[in-house]
Amino acid sequence: MSNEGIVGKFRIDTLRKKDLPTSRKWMQALTPYGFVAPVTVLILILTFIPIAIVIGYSTLDNVIMTPESKFVGLSNYFTILTDGTFYVAARNSFVFTVGSVGAHFVLGITFASLLNSRLLPGFVKTIFRAIFILPWLFTVAIIAILWRMLLNPNGVINYFLVSSGVVDVGVEWLSSRGTALLAVTFINIWAGYPFFMVTLLAGLQGISRDLYEAASIDGAKPWQQFRHITLPQLRPIIISMVILDMIWTSQQFALIWLTTGGGPFDATEMLPTYTYKLAFSNYEFGLASASAVIILLLSMVLAFFYIRHQKARD
Amino acid sequence: MKRHSRKARGGLGLLATAALVLTAAGCAPAAENSSETATDTGDGTTSQAEVVLEFAQWWEPELPEGSFRALMDEFESQNPGIKVELLSGPYSTTKEQLFAGAASGTMADVVGLDGAWVNDFAKTGSLADMTKLMEATSYDQGQLASQIQIQGSTYMIPIVNFVYPLYTNDDLLASAGVTSPPTNRTEFRAAAKAVSGAGVHGWALPLSLEAPNGIQNDVMSWVWASGGSMLKDGQPDVTNSDVSDAVEFIKNIWDDGSIAPGSFTMKEQDKLEEFTNGRAAMIVSSLSHINVIRDSNPELNFSVSAMPAVDGYTGKRGIPYASWGIGVAENSEHKAEAWKLISFLMSESTNAKLSSIANAFPGNTTASPDFVQGDELFGEAFEIYQSGFPANEFVGLPVAEQLMRLFDEQFQLYLDDDISLNDMLKVAQESWVDKF
Repeated sequence: MSNEGIVGKFRIDTLRKKDLPTSRKWMQALTPYGFVAPVTVLILILTFIPIAIVIGYSTLDNVIMTPESKFVGLSNYFTILTDGTFYVAARNSFVFTVGSVGAHFVLGITFASLLNSRLLPGFVKTIFRAIFILPWLFTVAIIAILWRMLLNPNGVINYFLVSSGVVDVGVEWLSSRGTALLAVTFINIWAGYPFFMVTLLAGLQGISRDLYEAASIDGAKPWQQFRHITLPQLRPIIISMVILDMIWTSQQFALIWLTTGGGPFDATEMLPTYTYKLAFSNYEFGLASASAVIILLLSMVLAFFYIRHQKARD
Repeated sequence: MKRHSRKARGGLGLLATAALVLTAAGCAPAAENSSETATDTGDGTTSQAEVVLEFAQWWEPELPEGSFRALMDEFESQNPGIKVELLSGPYSTTKEQLFAGAASGTMADVVGLDGAWVNDFAKTGSLADMTKLMEATSYDQGQLASQIQIQGSTYMIPIVNFVYPLYTNDDLLASAGVTSPPTNRTEFRAAAKAVSGAGVHGWALPLSLEAPNGIQNDVMSWVWASGGSMLKDGQPDVTNSDVSDAVEFIKNIWDDGSIAPGSFTMKEQDKLEEFTNGRAAMIVSSLSHINVIRDSNPELNFSVSAMPAVDGYTGKRGIPYASWGIGVAENSEHKAEAWKLISFLMSESTNAKLSSIANAFPGNTTASPDFVQGDELFGEAFEIYQSGFPANEFVGLPVAEQLMRLFDEQFQLYLDDDISLNDMLKVAQESWVDKF
């Protein structure tokens, strides 16, 4: 039975779903799946299938290196979790990630606030926005080469430090166990703060000026306005950015590999470099797969919080 | 929504799905025997005559443009019916691609190899036994400078060898009163100490863990130069006196302050820059860097010489080397044709040509690169090569790069005075034995 409606001169027939012919019903039901099918298939092929394969490899011994590898269950996981170097890598990864993300946030909000200031003319802010965003434009390989040269014992930074009397001889920033982790963390901070800055700037520009005006009228000082208006307004963005940055930073491989290779000794060994060496230096693909699965699980914990936060926002 | 636009959207969705399925089908692995192409004979029939060999290597990008392809064209003209498809890429990605190919059974027919990989690839059964190929064609193996064998079977043949002599900055040495390159360890240590000071150091020692070949070229080379060994009967023996004396010798130079700073993350390229820019008086480096140095700093007055040996040593000196090696994939359906390509590359004239354009030394004992004739430095290096013997015990070892890294880690601790010499060598020995 159809529902007829008359709008103006036109009669509109609106059929209820159950009145549609079967083929039309199927067409309507399948259409949304058709639109998401391309991406779904790609994700399946490029993400889920490789993950499933790696999980499978993690339960095999000597996988890839021999035509027939044995099933060893969770033995590879046991080997990884009882390897001291794994914990060194995990500790270094933690320090590197927390340090980088914290500094990214502080630098990002600072530069974003400066760029959002009404004290500077627009063209000045445009120029500085372009300058501040420069580190983001470089690939990791270029960043690694650049900072290896800058931090070289005979590099520019040591030249200024020695010339100004801060140190007597050039510091081996990347070659010394005492400074290497600090140095790579600094490089990562330099490379990653523009992402925070740009996103927080967009957030700052979305905060209504009325709030600040009202707060000024109530006698709030700039720091109080920042603490009670700016930060709460930016909170959803900050939480998203922090979680995403933690996921990305914890998986940073190229920067560490190209600057220090995980050295000196194990001073900058991270979980990704540890996994890489297991695979491509030791050819222990089963162990490397187990390490990769552990990293995946740790990342999924962070991803869980990110998704939960996004759902709460919605 | 209008009925016909709903229909159009539904149709579009199905079309997109169909397109994706077709794309996925198009990405499917190539069918078997695709390296053989049918040729139209012109009378309406086709013949399965042409073989296409895939050759994966990192050499082409490192050679003058077009030079390697020209050699392949020459091979093709001499072997009608065989075509060579070059699969070229950087060194590190070549290794990873070979592993991927080995795992999936889709390795290229002919593969460029580094001696450090051979044992591991041979273990996977992905390299063909070239001894059988040589025997099948009665190949004269005497002309090969070396073969990399595992359990009596040849899996890699070095096509060209890049030797690593000692480079000395003659002006820096002369300014410190050293009139000729050092020939033994005492002279080396004294020269390094005399030169060091005011931003200049006697020696640059790269010990980066990312690329730990400094252990091969800059540390173990001291052992091999005096006829010593880090192995015994093919098994690790790093606690012997050859190795401990060499390690202690380097520690003494380290404590003298004669080694350029930044060693623990220094790579080969950094070492070369230290030398080229006049900040390090001596380095052990690849012969192929002679032209790099000349181009970067034409004013630099430098020499090449043999690695200094233990005082009083008069035997043949081992000279470290790295090779461009070649092998055949076990999964190749054209092993005979692949061997023809290898024979061509190892022939006297081609090997000499390839050595010349690569600034390397030939893998064929009868070949002579043309650069040694007109160039004093290259001529000198060739004499060192011929009077000594190529020495690289890491070639053919399992997980060779990781062995270097394991030794490197302990060596860094020793240089930093965190571990004694005996403990350092003991830990290194145990970690090596674990890998064999």
